[in-house]
Amino acid sequence: MGKFSKGGKKNVPAISTASLPDIVFMLLFFFMTVTTMKETDLKVRISKPKATEVKKLENKNLVKYINIGPPINKYKAKYGNEAMIQLNDQFARVRDVGPWVNAERGGMDPANRAKMTTALKVDKTAKMGIITDIKQELRKAKALKITYIADKTTTDMFNK
Amino acid sequence: MARRELTEINAGSMADIAFLLLIFFLVTTTMSTNTGMQRKLPPIEEHDEKPPEVIERNVMVVLVNKDNIIAIKGKPVSLDKITEKAKLFFSNPQGREDLPQVDYKEIPFFGKYPVSKGLVSLQTDRNTSYEKYLQVQNELVRSISELRNEKSKEKFGVSFDDLTEDQRDAVSKAIPLAISEAEPRRITNK
Repeated sequence: MGKFSKGGKKNVPAISTASLPDIVFMLLFFFMTVTTMKETDLKVRISKPKATEVKKLENKNLVKYINIGPPINKYKAKYGNEAMIQLNDQFARVRDVGPWVNAERGGMDPANRAKMTTALKVDKTAKMGIITDIKQELRKAKALKITYIADKTTTDMFNK
Repeated sequence: MARRELTEINAGSMADIAFLLLIFFLVTTTMSTNTGMQRKLPPIEEHDEKPPEVIERNVMVVLVNKDNIIAIKGKPVSLDKITEKAKLFFSNPQGREDLPQVDYKEIPFFGKYPVSKGLVSLQTDRNTSYEKYLQVQNELVRSISELRNEKSKEKFGVSFDDLTEDQRDAVSKAIPLAISEAEPRRITNK
């Protein structure tokens, strides 16, 4: 029917890609806001323990991490296989924990200082001795809010 | 004069640039959110005060030794029995003489409520594995969450997580998280 078909050659217009950048930028901003930059390279090997009674860490800026675990292969020859403490990006001793807490707390917004949480990211093979020492240091530094980093699991641990 | 057309800037490559940025952020960032078990350390005592007198029935000592064997009040128990034991200890449903005393406290929504004076003291050896310690800790925290959940269901008809903030505070007060991290002086050296 002539009503619908127009005579002559008809050019199909190219699909406009002008909005593609907008879409990609939207994705970009999404990822920029929901992710955090990798701040430190771990020098200790951490395989997280599992637990059921865990909560998400809410405000990332208020959480400071203490990594504890055996050194990765690169440092094994130098430091052996015993669990070590890593603060920021270097190895530390137990007595460095107190000053580190104070330094980290000093770098925070004064309003948030009391809300600081120290996260103990500990390899599951570590022994309690070093943990107890660190907890003592934290108590001395009055950093009483701690959290034990663990992966959430729904199965009961004694069923495995 | 030649006709000059205002040509549009080709925006096709814009997408490529944006993709490049997107991929850069994807590889340099981590999305994994950490989860953790939140606890509070007891403040350090400034003076050499005498520790408050401990009534034996109010304290449940959970000991994990260097071979990762768990003992409650000196008797070995398996991991899956801890929650049950801790729940019985904190709730003391029959008012038994060997389980904790209660302290009547004024709590919103509940009125005068018998709050358990029970305290679990978790003690470890220096050679206890961290994994075992966390598992025991987890079981103890679980006993409290289960008790709180049961209490909320009984009182408000919904689970603890669905309560309003005031209600949650009240239930938390009625069933406090009384797990003490052992003082290191009580820990035996290897």
